[in-house]
Amino acid sequence: MEAAVFILSLVDCCALIFLSVYFIITLSDLECDYINARACCSKLNKWVIPEMVGQCLSTMLMLVSMHWFIFLLNLPVAAWDIYRYLKVPMGNMGVFDPTEIHNRGQLKSHMKEAMIKLGYHLLCFFIYLYSMILALIND
Amino acid sequence: MSTAGFNPQNGTGTGQAYANGPTQNPVALQQLPGVNYGMTHQPTYNPMQAKAPAPPGPGLYPTGPYQPVPPVSSYQPGPPPTSYPPPLGQPLLARPQMTGPPSHTPPQSASPSPGPRLPPAQATPPPPAVSSSSYYQNPQLPQPLAPTWQYNTAPPPMGPPTSMNTPPRGLPANHVSPATSSTAPPPPPPMSSAAYSSAPPAHMSHTAAQPPGPGIPPTSLHGYTQPGPAPPPMNPMAPHTYQPNRGPYGPLPTGPPPTMKPAPPPTGPPVANATPPPPPDAQCGGAVDSTLSPTESDNQEGDIECPGTVAGNGPQAPNSYNHVDNKMAGPPQPGPPGRHLGHYPSLPPGYQNTPTPHSTAPPTLPYSQAPQPYQQPPVGPGPAQLSPSLAAMSLQSSTPEALRVVNLLQERNLLPPTPIPAPTPCLQQDLQKVNCNPEVFRCTLTSIPQTQSLLNKAKMPLGLLLHPFKDLSQLPVVTSSTIVRCRSCRTYINPFVSFLDQRRWKCNLCYRVNDVPEEFMYNPVSKSYGEPHKRPEVQNATIEFIAPSEYMLRPPQPAVYLFVLDVSHNAVETGYLNVFCQSLLDNINALPGDSRTKVGFITFDSTIHFYNLQEGLSQPQMLIVSDIEDIFLPTPDSLLVNLNECKELVQDLLKSLPTLFEKTMETQSALGSALQAAFKLLSPTGGRMSVFQTQLPNLGVGALQSREDPNQRASAKDIQHLPPATDFYKKLALDCSGQQVAVDLFLLSSQYCDLASLGCISRYSAGSVYYYPSYHHQHNPAQVECFQKDLKRYLTRKIGFEAVMRIRCTKGLSIHTFHGNFFVRSTDLLSLPNVNPDAGFAVQMSIEENLDDMQVVSFQAALLYTSSKGERRIRVHTLCLPVVNSLSDIFAGADVQAITGLLACMAVDRSVTASLSDARDAMTNASIDSLSSFRQSVLTIQQPGLLAPACLRLFPLYILALLKQKAFRTGTSTRLDDRVFAMCQLKYQPLAYSMLMIHPALYRIDDLTDEGALNINERTIPQPRLLQLSVEKLSREAAFLMDAGTVMYLWVGRNCNPTFLTQVLGVPSYAAVPENLYLLPELDTAESQRTRAFIGWLRDQRPFFPSLQVIRDESQRKAGFLQNMIEDRTESALSYYEFLLHLQQQISK
Repeated sequence: MEAAVFILSLVDCCALIFLSVYFIITLSDLECDYINARACCSKLNKWVIPEMVGQCLSTMLMLVSMHWFIFLLNLPVAAWDIYRYLKVPMGNMGVFDPTEIHNRGQLKSHMKEAMIKLGYHLLCFFIYLYSMILALIND
Repeated sequence: MSTAGFNPQNGTGTGQAYANGPTQNPVALQQLPGVNYGMTHQPTYNPMQAKAPAPPGPGLYPTGPYQPVPPVSSYQPGPPPTSYPPPLGQPLLARPQMTGPPSHTPPQSASPSPGPRLPPAQATPPPPAVSSSSYYQNPQLPQPLAPTWQYNTAPPPMGPPTSMNTPPRGLPANHVSPATSSTAPPPPPPMSSAAYSSAPPAHMSHTAAQPPGPGIPPTSLHGYTQPGPAPPPMNPMAPHTYQPNRGPYGPLPTGPPPTMKPAPPPTGPPVANATPPPPPDAQCGGAVDSTLSPTESDNQEGDIECPGTVAGNGPQAPNSYNHVDNKMAGPPQPGPPGRHLGHYPSLPPGYQNTPTPHSTAPPTLPYSQAPQPYQQPPVGPGPAQLSPSLAAMSLQSSTPEALRVVNLLQERNLLPPTPIPAPTPCLQQDLQKVNCNPEVFRCTLTSIPQTQSLLNKAKMPLGLLLHPFKDLSQLPVVTSSTIVRCRSCRTYINPFVSFLDQRRWKCNLCYRVNDVPEEFMYNPVSKSYGEPHKRPEVQNATIEFIAPSEYMLRPPQPAVYLFVLDVSHNAVETGYLNVFCQSLLDNINALPGDSRTKVGFITFDSTIHFYNLQEGLSQPQMLIVSDIEDIFLPTPDSLLVNLNECKELVQDLLKSLPTLFEKTMETQSALGSALQAAFKLLSPTGGRMSVFQTQLPNLGVGALQSREDPNQRASAKDIQHLPPATDFYKKLALDCSGQQVAVDLFLLSSQYCDLASLGCISRYSAGSVYYYPSYHHQHNPAQVECFQKDLKRYLTRKIGFEAVMRIRCTKGLSIHTFHGNFFVRSTDLLSLPNVNPDAGFAVQMSIEENLDDMQVVSFQAALLYTSSKGERRIRVHTLCLPVVNSLSDIFAGADVQAITGLLACMAVDRSVTASLSDARDAMTNASIDSLSSFRQSVLTIQQPGLLAPACLRLFPLYILALLKQKAFRTGTSTRLDDRVFAMCQLKYQPLAYSMLMIHPALYRIDDLTDEGALNINERTIPQPRLLQLSVEKLSREAAFLMDAGTVMYLWVGRNCNPTFLTQVLGVPSYAAVPENLYLLPELDTAESQRTRAFIGWLRDQRPFFPSLQVIRDESQRKAGFLQNMIEDRTESALSYYEFLLHLQQQISK
């Protein structure tokens, strides 16, 4: 059972890592002017909810399986994702808004956020991997 | 072929291009001397020829009509010698011309001048056959000189030919003592070899020496400065000028006495041409040097003028001075200093056979009297490297006034009596002379801090304010098949680049070294070859190019105008349709466009009505689409029609439209669907959509709810609903932007319309927003007049289609936020489906890398657009600013109005993204922070009081004015739409207009006099002084005019001077002043004329029409007037003095 939880988390974590990398690549494309802001934002906005769901999923899994430490590790990130989504002003086209992204250093802060998340997911990846192996051995 | 023309008007005028034709025809050559640039004929110049080493005279180059200031022909005889001093570190090569008076004078004129030079030349004038204009010699002509170079060859018309010298590098060279000069035999005419050699090699500074002729004053012309090592120190400047002798000149450059001037004679094409070049000898009497023909450009600048100056024969008096000298020495020299600098050496390197080494020119040439060339000292590599000393000097000069400490609590009358001019950057004079007009391009800090940390310490925002498409009265237009740009950063060549030599230039933004294309070597203005630094592109900080086809993604679009009109019951009630239709009928022939212009109309209420205007119909056909959920175009082909072909149908429609809906009872408005339909109609071509809306859209897509609670207007702690309610309009705007469609919104409404949401449609599609609250054709005649005038301007003003604007800045600086109406497509590219002359932009910058080794930084805004005539054009503005590393210099360069304008934009953003109270706090903090930073970092002696540098003395006042501005005020009942509209205006109005909205101007106008009046077009415009905005300045015995940008109030005191009442207002007594007076009667009295002239003049200064409201002391509308009394206390806001005390308290914490 425990192994299954971690395997699931691991898969989820891999998806999140890929998503972070995708965010970084797309944002840097925008930075380099390879794609325009509209295309970039509509691509990224599509993945905001999946990212949020993925993060909440692993948080819930940890909660349900009562791994408190990992749960607490996941909680702030999940809370941030939800907060970010809910705070989008009505007039904006999503978390990434093409009319705003070049203003006030938003592009940079989005990039920074994606980098931090990538690091965080990598960390989680190894934690899950370790826990999974441990669980498999214990089984 | 490149051509340059000056068009008076911007885009509309077609610049005349001059092509250089390859004209080889001799005929062409002969030009009359009299000819000016502007000349008509434009031979074509064949670049190819040019390449040939010594092509025979290439034909004339056509010169464009570009004449900068100077009238061509006039030389200034008497003028000061133009000396070109080799400036010390003159960084710029190029700029010289600007400064100078028209440098180009036709050589001819010169002739008259007593200058010695002339005579000889004239004497010689041989065969008429010689073409006057061409530089080159005419191969055919037997001219002694000519042989060698074609280019140069220009015969020295003037007689004393100007010789070019290659300047020796050393300064010493320049000064030649007369004696020496005499001694040295002038080189023989055969200058050829020598000349070439002389050509300035890169690095060297070349100075052209000029005038061999006795008379010729040496004007140095083109020096090139090279990046060579540090410039040699200047010569003592002094000498040159005065001495009749050429003392200052360096020895002539080496033997190559003959100088070639690469440059064609400047303006006066006519010039030299005619005269065959006399043998050099003759001219100078031996001074051979002058190989130059007068015609040559050099002459223009220097020589020509010189002659005049020199009264005496030979000795030329003035010599070159540096400008530097000028500055330093103080002796006023008439010559425009600026020019001297950047001249190239006499020969264009290209021509020279050998690449020239540095000027090896022998240092002193003896000339006989010959003039000396100036050398330029080698300058540092570009402008960027000004010598520190210069920079320091300039700073010092500005420092005292700008940094004078003012105790704001004690000095009450801070407001200057006249409008405040923009501060001048502390740049070297020659750079400053060519710098961009502050009305077009302005920076909040005219001295850029070296590092971000320094900027942070100063606590002032760094940003640019632009008005890129401003109507300009004089704009050089260049047609060229190759537009010279930096290969790595794509910067357009501009006056602030440095020429390493004639074949290479260094970008001032990225510092890459680029090649000068062959074509650029020819200067169409002066028709000379080999002087790339004198091309109009390098002489004007604002210039327009006619773009070749590489700049088009598709064929230039035609002008397309689509009008989307609200015809619901509410709209018909306001009566705007009549005014609109009448205005359009009146101006239908004045719509900018060409034979391809298209127009279309859509009206809407709860359904969408299209009008089939296809040619052949006897009357317009209305097609109604009631399926607003899924809008489609009933007949895609005939809804947008060619205006010229279908003008009658269009006129019919406009005449019948107001009556068509007279009886409508439909109250709903499906604006969203109408916009979608309009977008579909325009998306194949792009164009301009003008939307007239009178109520909240409440049907179909994009329907909005009323969000405002009127009872909360005054009492709400924070203002809600500033952000848009839906993203529908934003998305649609982005779609429009992608298809090159701009949406202009005219909102005529008495009720809440949610401008915050509707405004997005214009904001992101680069449109403009007009708002006429409480518009009604009977009840509000002032608004009607405003609407009419605005419409007229709107319909007839210049327009640019499918535009993009890119703002580039020197490496190390970057733009992080943009303000205005547009969509930011990539980090520095603004997408502007339409651009209009009334749009302003602002950007905030940050310093990403330290600017340690730079003396100056540059900013370039390039606007690429399609004119209404279907031409693709690029308008380029370049601004150059010094970099400083001390806080006091930063403060000294602060531009308080620009800072206020930028802060206002930032505050609008903050209000929308955070909250209004946040924005208000941020503005207050901005003034606290900058003043406390000044106090702590700059002031050495701590004094009590609220201290500010003189340049920032108005800062607290402006901040207070912003806090009381409609956009940001609290505690007063302000309708949400009014507030949002004020915010829009702050963001997209050019600074000059938004400053009036922030801090209105108050004048006393019952005692206007002609004293100090301006005279414009034979009208006398009185200039009353500005008064502080305080009721204490008002007097019951007088009348005051408050100019608040979009509205003017004429306040009449209770005991107002009866003369004013009768002579200006046309009423017998105060009690008879009508309550609703919007027009001053046209009385035939001096007072009335003065008043109307003054108000008319104020109105002419802005593109929109401010309505005038005459207010009696007890009028209800007095509140609007009094709210602008910024220095006074209101129930909810501090007075100016209280605000200052508050600041002081915060600062001393």
